[in-house]
Amino acid sequence: MYHKTLPYRIFSIFNYILLGVIAIACLLPLYHLLMVSLSSSAAANAGLVTFWPIGFTFEAYTKTFNNINFLTSLWVSVKRTLIGTALGLVVNSIAAYALSKETHVFRGRNAYLWYFVITMLFSGGLIPSYILILKLGLMNHLAALILPGLVAVYNMILLLNFFRTVPKELEEAAFIDGAGYLRSFVSIFLPVSLPVIATIALFTMVGHWNSYFDGLIYIKSSEKLPLASLMQTIIVQGNTTSFDPAVIANMSQRTLRASQIFIGALPILIAYPFLQRFFVKGIVIGAVKE
Amino acid sequence: MEQIMNPDVNLKVNRTAKKKKRTRVPWVLHLMVLPAVLLVFVFSYVPMSGIIMAFQDYKAPLGITGSPFVGLKHFQYMFENDYFMKITWNTVLFACSKIVLNLIIPFTFALLLNEVRHMGYKRSIQTLVYLPHFLSWVTLGGILIDLLAQTGIVNQFLTYLFGIKPIFFLGDGTWFRLTIIFSDVWKEFGFNTIIFLAALAGINPALYEAAEVDGASRIKQTLYITIPSLVPILIVVATLALGNVLNANFDQIFNLYSPMIYQQGDIIDTFVYREGLLSGQFSFATAVSLFKSVISLILIVISYRMAYRFAGYRIF
Repeated sequence: MYHKTLPYRIFSIFNYILLGVIAIACLLPLYHLLMVSLSSSAAANAGLVTFWPIGFTFEAYTKTFNNINFLTSLWVSVKRTLIGTALGLVVNSIAAYALSKETHVFRGRNAYLWYFVITMLFSGGLIPSYILILKLGLMNHLAALILPGLVAVYNMILLLNFFRTVPKELEEAAFIDGAGYLRSFVSIFLPVSLPVIATIALFTMVGHWNSYFDGLIYIKSSEKLPLASLMQTIIVQGNTTSFDPAVIANMSQRTLRASQIFIGALPILIAYPFLQRFFVKGIVIGAVKE
Repeated sequence: MEQIMNPDVNLKVNRTAKKKKRTRVPWVLHLMVLPAVLLVFVFSYVPMSGIIMAFQDYKAPLGITGSPFVGLKHFQYMFENDYFMKITWNTVLFACSKIVLNLIIPFTFALLLNEVRHMGYKRSIQTLVYLPHFLSWVTLGGILIDLLAQTGIVNQFLTYLFGIKPIFFLGDGTWFRLTIIFSDVWKEFGFNTIIFLAALAGINPALYEAAEVDGASRIKQTLYITIPSLVPILIVVATLALGNVLNANFDQIFNLYSPMIYQQGDIIDTFVYREGLLSGQFSFATAVSLFKSVISLILIVISYRMAYRFAGYRIF
């Protein structure tokens, strides 16, 4: 037994330590930021904060939550995430169900499939999409953040591949009982594939929560700006576009920024344990083929 | 028996059977894909037609139908432009470094993690290293800006340990490139590890048992069983990555770069954004992005064919 030999034991000890250090190092940046956000701004500005808060205070969080722009953006993000995920699930799963049928049952299936896959391979790019939103009059509408990405072809294929693994006998039994396609989809395929659908729902939610660029270019008024876009403007643009000493000196913003970054990431951190359980499954599902 | 004898009942059964059949007409299936088809048409195919702009001098008041055609003018300008060559090089450099490191590091990490026999520890490590994958580049960008600032914690440590002057991580071209590449590895290596871990779990334990009986050491087992078993999946991942040679990650660069390091840090996607949406050079920006799309398309088609030929990989 190799794992009882001395050299392997020594290797094992080093291995455990190395992996542990790497894992902790992955999270240290986030942890450090949390500590900064909980420190007094004087300590943060002086660069005294490392691994624990100095002059512990919730001041930055109170300030952030008293900021009306921050709250409205938070609400916009919640709205877009919920509506976008719900609509996306309906549209994608129902299409995936139809496309999971054999070619002799659903003629035209392959044509549809290619019609969707082509959009994964090639796109019109940023400028034509921007002009389209402009021409459709969707500028400054929540719809501009939801509709363009609603059909997620990758998720659709993931679902399609899973639907194909559902035993045909289940559906045939339903057909004999007089069920139609829609009924079979709702009463058989949806319940059986709930874990996959949950996985895709979580991924879609994370995607919506994190996406900032569409908000940046399509939303003009601050009360409709999603949180990620707002954060992009105050945290990143407020920093990289101005490297002048005045801004760097004015570091009282530091704890405030740290708290905003942390609040922005919080829903993901909360959803993460659930995500983590599902997403390994999700990837394995993607690999399932006939 | 009686029922079958009775022609009336028989007829009735037949009719209901027909009716049942009619509840499954094929147009229902067409109807089910219809919403997705329409959305894709409007938001993917209509923009594709906008590519015509790359061959025009697009003026907003004239629209796509009214703007004058100028042939390949924008493409000619693009290829004669030194700056365009520079950002193409930056893009390829970023993308290729990330592709290579994001194969080697997750591969090694998966091998090491595979040696951990304590399941709880293994799972905890996995959970921790996957986390950055789910955070957005806005969040990570914000964190990096704070961490790597001249008064940030990284520079404080470096000064403390080596007594060197603060490094301008995001303001110096070379350091910027290193920051981009390694922060991407930080975000993604844990996630990419899963693929290899899944492949490792699929190796037939009988192989190891046989090797054990033959007295092979763990190093020999790794060299002659584990690594060869992972080669097919490694080839698939590597060939599929080929399609990303021009994808240097817009979100990451966009949230970390600044005008002072454009020469070393600007990439095609960020250039398209600035030229198109900030400077209003719609046609030129479309031409640049069309160039990128076409090259990417060719690479993707090649990579999928290769993955299919070498490893029988198909997406559906």
